[in-house]
Amino acid sequence: MVVEYSREEELERLVHELKTVKTSDWEFHDKDNSVYSTGKGLNKKVVEEISEIKKEPDWMRRLRLKALEIFESKPVPTWGPDLSGIDWENTSYYNRPDERKTNNWDEVPDQIKDTFTKLGIPEMEQKYLAGSVAQYDSEGVYHNLKKVWEDKGVVFMDLDSAVQKYPDLVKDYYCRAVPASDNKFAALNGAVWSGGSFLYVPKGVQIDMPLQTYFRMNGESTGQFEHTIVVADEGSKVHYIEGCTAPRYEKNSLHSAIVEIYVKKNAKARYTSVQNWSKSVYNMPTKRSWVDENANMEWVGGSLGSKVTMLYPSSYLRGPRATASNLNISLAGPGTVKDTGAKAIHLAPYTQSKIVAKSISIEDGKAIYRGLLRVNKGATDAKSRVQCDALLINDESASLTFPHDEIYDPTATFSHEASVGRIGTEELTYLRSRGLTEDEASSMIVLGFLDDVMREIPMEFAVEMNRLIKLEMNKLGAVG
Amino acid sequence: MTTLEVKNLAASINGKQILKDVSFTMHGGEIHALMGPNGAGKSTLGYVLIGHPDYVVTHGSIKLDGVELVDKLPEERAKAGLFLAYQTPVAVQGVKLSTFLRMAYNQLHPDSKMKIQDFYDELKRNLNKVGLDETFMSRSVNEGFSGGERKRVEILQMMMLKPRFVILDEIDSGLDVDALKMVAEEIKKYFSDQVGFLIITHYQRILKNIEPGFVHILVDGKVVMEGGNDISLRIEEDGYDWIRGA
Ligand SMILES: Nc1ncnc2c1ncn2[C@@H]1O[C@H](COP(=O)(O)OP(=O)(O)O)[C@@H](O)[C@H]1O
Ligand SMILES: [Mg+2]
Repeated sequence: MVVEYSREEELERLVHELKTVKTSDWEFHDKDNSVYSTGKGLNKKVVEEISEIKKEPDWMRRLRLKALEIFESKPVPTWGPDLSGIDWENTSYYNRPDERKTNNWDEVPDQIKDTFTKLGIPEMEQKYLAGSVAQYDSEGVYHNLKKVWEDKGVVFMDLDSAVQKYPDLVKDYYCRAVPASDNKFAALNGAVWSGGSFLYVPKGVQIDMPLQTYFRMNGESTGQFEHTIVVADEGSKVHYIEGCTAPRYEKNSLHSAIVEIYVKKNAKARYTSVQNWSKSVYNMPTKRSWVDENANMEWVGGSLGSKVTMLYPSSYLRGPRATASNLNISLAGPGTVKDTGAKAIHLAPYTQSKIVAKSISIEDGKAIYRGLLRVNKGATDAKSRVQCDALLINDESASLTFPHDEIYDPTATFSHEASVGRIGTEELTYLRSRGLTEDEASSMIVLGFLDDVMREIPMEFAVEMNRLIKLEMNKLGAVG
Repeated sequence: MTTLEVKNLAASINGKQILKDVSFTMHGGEIHALMGPNGAGKSTLGYVLIGHPDYVVTHGSIKLDGVELVDKLPEERAKAGLFLAYQTPVAVQGVKLSTFLRMAYNQLHPDSKMKIQDFYDELKRNLNKVGLDETFMSRSVNEGFSGGERKRVEILQMMMLKPRFVILDEIDSGLDVDALKMVAEEIKKYFSDQVGFLIITHYQRILKNIEPGFVHILVDGKVVMEGGNDISLRIEEDGYDWIRGA
């Protein structure tokens, strides 16, 4: 009962916050801070220029050029949402904010520091993070890791710095789980990637506080193409968090990241991301993990905003008894298409996967669940459970489910559950007739719908999601 | 003294004119009954008073202490002190009754210093009074509740939210004799000279428990007769035909 009261109080605090926080709090934009850009469009010269600016080793330059070829050879996928709004020619693929990278907030250029301070990043780092990286447009501008972890051999920095400092370690993992040939957007990332994090946790090291990277996209018509690699070596434990925001522009921006997570034998990794893009962003990341024997991978994702998001974090269960879970919350506001889901590929015996997807569609927002469950021959006694719950707010919103199963081993046990709930004028009016505003009523309904998953996820994530959902609802109220 | 004044009110839904001419005035400390045959527009009047967005007011005014409510949002009317106990209360999936009431209370009484703990204690006491157990606190609003439970929860909400003008739409339907007695008891206890009641009913049963001082008869969207409780007694005897014929 005591716990329940504190949750109530938390909700109350959030509601208070909702009223005091301006709707546009994270949509502010700075003046263009880039000191260097490769300009509009993409070709071999641009790729070589990026590699040159970064003074990269030759192997990386060659990988980039190869990826560019693949990118150019692949058509824009048409099996999903409409991507014709991506303006390939008018996008700037590389925008560098500043020369320096630092591990001291004081040295970050004022305007950029202000941005991160407004987003609450330095405060968060102090309170509950073991380390953090901050990226602004194409480059990491800040990274810091608490000394205890550094002393234990943990590496945490932006990937560019890691390529310079630990080339051999990076080479072992770069584009192994996600090769450039995987899809057009992965190939694009391979060609023009910049920034992202490299996190290596040595054998047996268990980090009890999360590490975080915060991505801020500032420029108009730009692309952000970070590449993140997390390696949890044998018997280690790590929780890595990503947050992203971008201001709203008239012209569309493109975010196409790669995240590769390697969870070695007996290790545990959790990847949490809260993506809060503005309505002008095409969000097309490729996220994949390799999970070895007896290791555990947890994906926790909250996806708000954006114009179109296509995101299907995948887990390749490569060793016996490897387990993975995906918990994804998607909010498709007006004009948004969320095509999200998860993939679980069972390659070894006694592997288990669990996928819980919750989506909320508002007005003409469209939430699509697209999933893949594959159990290879010989992956005996695999278990999988998929649950998709959709909530439709207003009568015109839509949700679709495309689960796809490829089961090649007869010993597999798996289940799919799906539910759709609709909230219309009747429900909202009933709550409003008791004094709640329309956006309070709808955020209550949404948070109620998410309640069971909110209990399972890290508190700080739940709080952040709560806050963002309220902001999102509040914006709708302001619009409608 | 607080006053609710409804004047020549007319309203439609989906282009269909349901209310044609409704006028009445209510003061705090008064109990009014609105009676009429099925389909007369009684529930419609309740929805129009609380500002349900599906209804369009085509004519007339609704004034609370002189303030026009016709253009106000449902939540603003709730803040002004209006409360409708629905004929068919709506289920809201995933929204916990206790959380909902707490938030609503804070909206309606922003200056209240009541502590969360005290609020929940009062909620438990009131659940008890309407014959429900504490487990209802953590259940979703009306979800899976029986018809009778929903009606009890409407009264519970009235007790917790403390409105000044209460519209009870067929509050007795779905309640058995004992439950009706219990609910009527709480309604009477809530009544004071600060509170006005509009009891909507198509037959006289509830009015035996709570005796109205004023009775308005609605037929086909119009108030066709007004008077004291003697009208309701006549309706019990003779139905509505004598009024229709009049
Ligand atoms: N959504 C609607 N669209 C069209 N007609 C409606 C709608 N809702 C109610 N009505 C009609 O309005 C009239 C009055 O209904 P109501 O107010 O519920 O009557 P009462 O409560 O007096 O029984 C009825 O004829 C009913 O069919
Ligand atoms: Mg009715």
